[in-house]
Amino acid sequence: MSGNFHPLGNVLAKAGRVGLFFVRVLGQCVPALNYPRLLIAQIFNAGARSLIIIMLCGLFVGMVLALQGYDLLQRFGSESALGVAAALGLVRELGPVITALLFAGRAGTSLTSEIGLMRATDQLTAMEMMAVDPVRRVVVPRFLGGIIAMPLLTAIFDVIGIFGAQLIGVGLLRVESGSFWSQMQSAVQMRDVKEGLVKSVVFGVACSLVAVYEGFHAEPTAAGVGLATTRTVVISAVLTLLFDYLLTAAFLNS
Amino acid sequence: MDSPTPGESVVEVRDLRYTISGRTIFDGLNLSVRRGAITAVMGPSGTGKTTLLRLLMGAVRPDSGVLSVFGKEPARLNRVGIYALRRRVGMLFQNGALMSDLDVFENVAFPLRAHTRLPEPLLRRLVLMKLQAVGLRGAAELDTSALSGGMARRVALARAIVMDPELLIYDEPFVGLDPISLGVILRLIQTLNATLGITSIVVTHDVEEISRIAHCSYLLANGKAAAAGSPAELRATAAPVVRQFMSGLPDGPVPFHVPAPDYREQLMQDP
Repeated sequence: MSGNFHPLGNVLAKAGRVGLFFVRVLGQCVPALNYPRLLIAQIFNAGARSLIIIMLCGLFVGMVLALQGYDLLQRFGSESALGVAAALGLVRELGPVITALLFAGRAGTSLTSEIGLMRATDQLTAMEMMAVDPVRRVVVPRFLGGIIAMPLLTAIFDVIGIFGAQLIGVGLLRVESGSFWSQMQSAVQMRDVKEGLVKSVVFGVACSLVAVYEGFHAEPTAAGVGLATTRTVVISAVLTLLFDYLLTAAFLNS
Repeated sequence: MDSPTPGESVVEVRDLRYTISGRTIFDGLNLSVRRGAITAVMGPSGTGKTTLLRLLMGAVRPDSGVLSVFGKEPARLNRVGIYALRRRVGMLFQNGALMSDLDVFENVAFPLRAHTRLPEPLLRRLVLMKLQAVGLRGAAELDTSALSGGMARRVALARAIVMDPELLIYDEPFVGLDPISLGVILRLIQTLNATLGITSIVVTHDVEEISRIAHCSYLLANGKAAAAGSPAELRATAAPVVRQFMSGLPDGPVPFHVPAPDYREQLMQDP
């Protein structure tokens, strides 16, 4: 029995450490806004550099949705609802989740390894010795950059995904274009868009926090930075899917 | 080498004790650094030279004893106080520790941008002057990845003096340098000390090099200052550990062999 207890204790202890770090990061968020150039550079890093992969994946996900959705809907003779199905699936669920998973793999890993290497090469210590708080100078711009980039990337993912669904649904499977768009327009509510937005912001906070935490606390060796990078991907993915369930349940309840 | 007129001390260490995870690093360390002098802190690897720097900068706290910098004890200061203290101290890291996301100019400008609101033209002139002092004004636009080890250390030195510190700490400044770069760093330490009047602490194990410029040297061993004085005085010290270190003997009080079970027994043993 006690064997089962220790891993839980470790998880709780780690959650506590991440929580304390989160508070420290939040405390530095306002002062860090004095350096807008750093923040913009990080939005570019996390956002613009992830654009291609986000767009490509959005296109494929939209296309697959159209194929699967069409196959399912035509059994009930309601192919014309394909637009609604694809749009709701993307905006509420697949957009935020897949964007977050891709973000963790593309931007999160690069944040972790960059900060970890800064630790390993004494850059963070050097900042401390120059009376510069590395949390303010290094961690916060990257953290905020990730949070701002995530909803933007999600929006782009959604739009490209819907375009992909239209490409296959209307272009290949001959769903009528008018009903594809008009049904989507009347069925997708602001509520759905809000759900997607809230999810993407929450995932942005979780994934960015995990990435900067793991980097900042990486063991300053080659192996340590590698391990931290792996942990970033794994923990981000698990947290994303966990929060996704909780948020979906909360939104369906309300 | 002429000693500067004995002034007040910038750093005072008295009866310092420090242990980390059960290992005693310092046990009754006494040391003082005079204003305007070059003080060398030497010692075999693992004697806590770098730990001493961490104590001076307030990164760790001693178990007991007094350690004061500019008359203040870092251990008694809060974060704001420690940061205020660190602004008066420049530190040169062993590998330079330059920011990898900034070019040479921005690296040197980094402390100025963080702590001052200087107008851009003035900041530019200050940075160029410091780069000129280390001979790298022509490298201002380079990326840090394009620098050799010696150049990176000179850039780090320019960064360390850009805030005009009163105390400059060098952590192993000679490690891994070719003879030319080593000569350059050696001359820079001396010039900066003489022309700017910066008090310097050089942590090193390169006895020959530092002996040429240091006014006073301390040799750390077994948690204490085993010897102190001018390089000549250190050489004349009879204590075995000092003799072994100053002459670079492979075996002595610092043993060649790491403690191990009996050699013959271990060889004959079946695995």
